[in-house]
Amino acid sequence: MPNTPVAPTRLARRATDAVNIDPDGPRRRVLVTGLGTFWGGRVAQALEANPAVEIIVGLDTTEPTVELERTEYVRVDANYSILSRIVSATRVDTIIHTFLVMDPTQMSQRSMHEINVIGTMNLFAAASAASSTVRSVIVKSSTVVYGCAPEDPVWFTESTPRSRPAREPIERSLEAVEGYVRDFAEDNPHVNVALLRFSNVIGAELETPLTRLLQLPVVPSIFGFDPRFQFVHEDDVIKSILFAFDNDLPGVFNVAGDGLLPWSEVADLCGKRTVALPPIATGLLTSPLRRLGFLDLPEEYEGLLKFGRGVDNHRLKNFGFLYEHTSTEAVEAFIRAVRLRKVVGENEPSYRYERDVEQFFRHSPAVRKDRRQA
Amino acid sequence: MATEEAESKKVPTRPSRSATPRNKSAAAGAKEPAELLNQDDALEAALERADSGSAHGELVRIPLEGPRNPDALDERRRSDVNEWGRSEHMREIARRIYNPVYKHWFRVEWEGLEKIPEGGALLVANHAGAIPSDAPVIMHGLETELDRAVYGLADNFFRTIPVVGTIWNRLGGLPAHPDNAYRLLREQDQLVLVFPEGTKGPSKTYSERYQLRRFGRGGFVEIAMRAGVPVVPIAVVGAEESMPTMFRVPSIAKALGVPYLPITANMLVAGPLGLVSYFPSKFKLKVLDPVYFDVPADRERYSRSRVMDESEAIRDRIQAALYAMLRERRSVWFG
Repeated sequence: MPNTPVAPTRLARRATDAVNIDPDGPRRRVLVTGLGTFWGGRVAQALEANPAVEIIVGLDTTEPTVELERTEYVRVDANYSILSRIVSATRVDTIIHTFLVMDPTQMSQRSMHEINVIGTMNLFAAASAASSTVRSVIVKSSTVVYGCAPEDPVWFTESTPRSRPAREPIERSLEAVEGYVRDFAEDNPHVNVALLRFSNVIGAELETPLTRLLQLPVVPSIFGFDPRFQFVHEDDVIKSILFAFDNDLPGVFNVAGDGLLPWSEVADLCGKRTVALPPIATGLLTSPLRRLGFLDLPEEYEGLLKFGRGVDNHRLKNFGFLYEHTSTEAVEAFIRAVRLRKVVGENEPSYRYERDVEQFFRHSPAVRKDRRQA
Repeated sequence: MATEEAESKKVPTRPSRSATPRNKSAAAGAKEPAELLNQDDALEAALERADSGSAHGELVRIPLEGPRNPDALDERRRSDVNEWGRSEHMREIARRIYNPVYKHWFRVEWEGLEKIPEGGALLVANHAGAIPSDAPVIMHGLETELDRAVYGLADNFFRTIPVVGTIWNRLGGLPAHPDNAYRLLREQDQLVLVFPEGTKGPSKTYSERYQLRRFGRGGFVEIAMRAGVPVVPIAVVGAEESMPTMFRVPSIAKALGVPYLPITANMLVAGPLGLVSYFPSKFKLKVLDPVYFDVPADRERYSRSRVMDESEAIRDRIQAALYAMLRERRSVWFG
């Protein structure tokens, strides 16, 4: 079973089955940031299937890319300046913060800072306002915060400090974000804060610097190094966010599949050969390639291609979370999707957000609200 | 559908207490994110919630993972590199190459091998030779004589050298991080080899041979206490003479960015080949009685004075054993 790709809706149904919902209990009002991104859209889709969720408000700068039934989409600017008004107007009790940029190649450093740091700052400012009704916050962070150095342990636990100070922009950015999360958790002990750190996410749909590397004709590696990588399947990411939501998990959690794979083996699984880059002055050599757009290798991946990174996923497992994919299975799911795409091409779902249509479905008296039960 | 329901019901099973202490202790030992991790009340509450779920329906308890076998691999894997980076295939090749060296060059002799306990144990030995020859001898020896894998913890410097670092890792070498040692010893019952002298051992010159250096800050005792395993001291005679350092060149070492740069007798005799060739000194290894600490495992901290005392006592025992063995030794080459 773990091999069959799980449709998001099925995943959601299973996740909600897991909780014992009190039919008369309070229903939750959820705010999802980054609705237009891969993560926000899929989390919202899954929440819609959960009867314990009363309303879902999704924020983003861009329109949602997945079809949503009852999520209310609000267009905001990148740093959420109107957020406190939204929070007080909708009286949400849960915030799921997925709008964090993990892939620095897709935008300038400034806009990344704007989204990650300033956005999170404003989000928590709104959530800790005196009238705030927020009782639960889930933040999607990354194991990038552990850094990557020769002194590193094979497995980082949630409390292992990083070996060297953060230097790369993405690491510094996420460190600042986690700083806000910690401050917020400390100042608001009545709020349940879950900080999920995801390792390298891979799967059928998501595109990251790593998946782009693995789709090059030859996979770059660094001469003399064969670091070990850990992966987490994109479905497990959604599943873990819902798990944290359902069980109100407190604290920091690593989310990563079992097992570490040598980079050469990852390339082998993908049916690719590796080409060795020189171990010294790697940046010097790759920067012209990078500037010309041949190679999409962010600087922090150079460290990763030397030393790799593993994180301990026991803490989340001890709360009863079950992963559907190991690291190997996640890579296999990815490569199966790549093979399919090679044959049938980019089979993008043809959904486009149309404001009038969505407004009609949500608010017109002509639409029967109980149609899903029928 | 029935199976799916059953499957979904076991999700909020409460983990047994025995499975959590590791994370709890880790949380308490945290420096930075401790504030978040230490929400103990919230954690309890979540456990309660998960538990109250069990009251509603029949719950299938998931057997929690016991000590896992790191060599058990996913059958989908393409290589046999395990979670520590060790590859049995590479070990096999190394064994085949190294066996003649072990048997006919160093003519290794062990004493007291039966003292190595069944479960996890932290092996501690004196460290010598410009490029230490003792680590491969101990790892190869225990693997062939006892059929047990040995993980060697070493300076991180190794990991930064291309090719060498990767091969070292595939052969069972790991960066000396307390988390690595804890997980291997506590959860996987493995043998872990450390040299508490660190680079201070191999960097000493020939005139200082068999004089143990300081045993770090006693970190190895603390790890063994936390993991609840004994420390097994091993005295090694022979490594000092296999590649003796005549003098050191700190200025060049600094320029090259290496921990130390020895000029060895081997280099004087064999030129650059001396970097990779050892003198055929006779190796004798003596396993001393294991040291058990009667302290509870998994504590955040252990008494500093106790740790230092134990560390010093182990150092003294290895030193005494070395002197005793040297008293008996008639020849460097024939033992």
